[in-house]
Amino acid sequence: MEKKLGVFVCWCGSNIAGSIDVDLAVAEAAKLDGVVHAENYMYMCSDPGQQLVKDTISEKGLDGVVVACCSPRMHENTFRKAAGAVGLNSYLLEIANIREQCSWVHQNNKPLATAKAVSIIEGTLDKVKENLPLETITIDLTKRVCVVGGGIAGIMSALDLANADYDVAIIEREPAIGGHMAQISQTFPYFHNILELLQKKIDEVKAHPRIKLYLNSEVEVLDGYVGNFNVTIKTRPAFVDPAKCTACGKCLEVCPVSVADEFNRGLSQRGAIFRYNQTEGARIPVLEQRDCLHFVDVEDVEMDAGAGEKCTACVDVCPENAIDLGTIRTFNEEFVGAIVMATGYDLYSPAKMPEYGAGKLPDVIDALAFERLLDPTGPTKGQVLRPSDGQVPKKVVFIQCVGSRDPERHKAYCSRACCMYTAKQARLYRQQVEDGTAFISYMDIRSDSRDFEEFVQQGMEEENLVYIRGRVAKVIQEDGFLRVFTTDTLSSRQLEIEADLVVLAMAMEPKAGIRDLAKKMNVTIDGDAFLSETHIKLYPVESSTKGVYLAGCGQSPKDITDTVSQALATAGKIQTMFSNETLIADPLIAEVKNDVCSGCGICIDICPYGARLMNDFTRITDVNQAVCQGCGACIAACPNKACELINSTSRQFIRMIGDFAGKAEAV
Amino acid sequence: MATTYSYYPGCTSHSTAIEYIEASLAVIDALGIGLNELPDWCCCGAASAHNLSTSLALGLSAFNLAEAHKTGRDLVIPCAGCYGNLAQADHVMRHDEKERQRFEKQFDFNYDGQVKMLSLVDLLAREELRPAIKDLVKKPLKGLKVVCYYGCAIVRPGAITGVDDTENPRRIDKMMADLGAEVIDWSCKVDCCGADLGLTDAEKTAELVNKIVDYAVAAEADCLVTSCALCEANIDIRQQRLPILYFTEMMAEAFQIGDRQRWWKKHFNDPSKLF
Repeated sequence: MEKKLGVFVCWCGSNIAGSIDVDLAVAEAAKLDGVVHAENYMYMCSDPGQQLVKDTISEKGLDGVVVACCSPRMHENTFRKAAGAVGLNSYLLEIANIREQCSWVHQNNKPLATAKAVSIIEGTLDKVKENLPLETITIDLTKRVCVVGGGIAGIMSALDLANADYDVAIIEREPAIGGHMAQISQTFPYFHNILELLQKKIDEVKAHPRIKLYLNSEVEVLDGYVGNFNVTIKTRPAFVDPAKCTACGKCLEVCPVSVADEFNRGLSQRGAIFRYNQTEGARIPVLEQRDCLHFVDVEDVEMDAGAGEKCTACVDVCPENAIDLGTIRTFNEEFVGAIVMATGYDLYSPAKMPEYGAGKLPDVIDALAFERLLDPTGPTKGQVLRPSDGQVPKKVVFIQCVGSRDPERHKAYCSRACCMYTAKQARLYRQQVEDGTAFISYMDIRSDSRDFEEFVQQGMEEENLVYIRGRVAKVIQEDGFLRVFTTDTLSSRQLEIEADLVVLAMAMEPKAGIRDLAKKMNVTIDGDAFLSETHIKLYPVESSTKGVYLAGCGQSPKDITDTVSQALATAGKIQTMFSNETLIADPLIAEVKNDVCSGCGICIDICPYGARLMNDFTRITDVNQAVCQGCGACIAACPNKACELINSTSRQFIRMIGDFAGKAEAV
Repeated sequence: MATTYSYYPGCTSHSTAIEYIEASLAVIDALGIGLNELPDWCCCGAASAHNLSTSLALGLSAFNLAEAHKTGRDLVIPCAGCYGNLAQADHVMRHDEKERQRFEKQFDFNYDGQVKMLSLVDLLAREELRPAIKDLVKKPLKGLKVVCYYGCAIVRPGAITGVDDTENPRRIDKMMADLGAEVIDWSCKVDCCGADLGLTDAEKTAELVNKIVDYAVAAEADCLVTSCALCEANIDIRQQRLPILYFTEMMAEAFQIGDRQRWWKKHFNDPSKLF
């Protein structure tokens, strides 16, 4: 049966009525096939305007409506709700955009603009004629969360969610949570002691009944979709039983292995069994299989855990029998409704800077190594000492933007935190070494947040930091000191500085392995492998996959303040989602014509959301209704035209194009 | 190894760097590589053209590029300055559609991007030539301590030269090691020799050259090896501490080919005592 259609043309004040003859448009629309009612109104989106639409639907029994007004991005939802309120299925109402796509762009030609508006209305009417009434899709919602990464972003996000009474699982690759923040000594711009701040949060996490910690762990597999994720977690063996270990430290003394300590950025040595860091949570030693002599002949330690048979020094000395070298990796599963990607960053490697010694000069260190020197629990007990000879450096050169802002050779982007942490490090150094000089080589000083500029100025004026604008050409080792070749571009002079220590503010880059992980999580990354948000302004913590959220430096370089803000925003977003009992999804998604689909699977590869899968039983593809975003990629890709977008079928579109293009014969 | 290349001699091959060219041609011949001189090559613009007019500088090199395209063979350019100019023009032609069309029309040729610009290091320090070079070594340069000096034009900018280790190039180092020399890692591989300032600001050039030589001497090098005639001239004539040699002279010495005694006489610091 043919639908009874209504057309409502909005003036949008003079926005539309100024360049379209709305009376003529209504008169023309009224003549079109199936139209039983057409009228115009000054502001259709106003309450009286909406009432007009509602009343007419009821009085005339309309079963299809076209509102000719602004972009559907503005008011499609408004009018669909209004239609729904009087019992018309809201998917039978469509917007004809005669403002952005007509009146605004044809302001000097009213007859033409009016004719075009009529053809847009006609095309939209033809679409409505074949629209199906639809119901929203309901999806189950598991109100639990998995947080990938136990740095400050993961910690803050997890605590907020747990305090809102949701179960949270934190998956941390390292043997302790705290991330890079645990390596840092003090904050800017207020010189807060980080260990104190962080320890409190770590304690909260560990004591929280709602939080489960998976240390030494990584995501192995991710299945499912928003509201219903199944995360398989691989946990490497820790070998030390925390229930038995008294943290006496005897094992640390007997381990014959000595390798560079990663947490201290190579400034100290550790055994194969060692304390990961100095936080309270890391008092119980961990054993790194790859360094351990027990496993020296085992080819793939991860595959063949328990296969080693050599050195057992730590096992023999342990008075509590807490060490079991036969422990093997384990797998666990978590069912969650949402995931937080708080994967963090690494510093770009100084080895990639041959002009600064390629990481081979002992007194050229990166910024995190300098933080270890400043940390009272660090390898020098908080004293700034040269790694090469343990002397107090009297001249320190801090180089900013190392590897950042260098599109030709390294990273094009600004790493954002370095200006401020360099100022902080230089100030802390000057506070400690009163007769020392701190030079800072910079391109610009970016101090654009609360109290940041004051912090830098104070460093210049009160602690006499010597800022030199220019990029350092090279650093070379001479007898007993480093020669730094640089330039002062403000006075156009070339300078050579005989320095005792050089600190490189290396670029931040996404954590190693992020490409594989992003693939597993079906999250898109940008050219630098940072995780991409859906929209930089309006959806800043949502990833490309529904239900997977972003927090911290995995998304872009940022300082602790911004990281925590983002982490809390993420937690807030997830709580909003969890405030419903089920999830509602838009039914405007792809569907498969079963009798046409040949099961070639092209749609599976093309789908950016992982919404298409092969049905092993029927051998044709299915659409996961909860995951599909209705983007249409599969429709364009399908060689058999077996996919259609519901209510935007090819047939509908061809008819619309026919209308727009001057009534070409519709198929 | 029967490949034949086009060859762009440049002006120094007939004048100040004649020993470089003779040594290079001898080595190339020994390796069985064929060279055909470009029939109608013109000046690359040297250091002057691009200071006067970008269009002139590009035009001169584009003319040479057009000649090279007519042969269809990759172009070997021994002089670092010529190489820099030609590689720069090639880069422009590759990335700037408008300029490419302009010069294609002007010089009546079709730029297809298939003809590569090769410095002598590009040609001779290729990984696949290493076995052949090692085979040709008659007298390994044992006990000779060398520092390798690359200068600017054959290395930077990486986007034009295609070199990926612009801050620490290693190709000549590797070759010298293959010849048996003891290669010393040092800090001035890509420092500036003063380049054209040698003509206009002798004092500044002396300062730059002295620094390079200071570090080479501090590294206990017996000689400095380079691939650029301007670097060689700048460094050789301003000091009396260190012989400066072309990398192809070192190859010829190791191969025991060519009129080496005569070439050495062209140097201000006599290298003959090294061998």
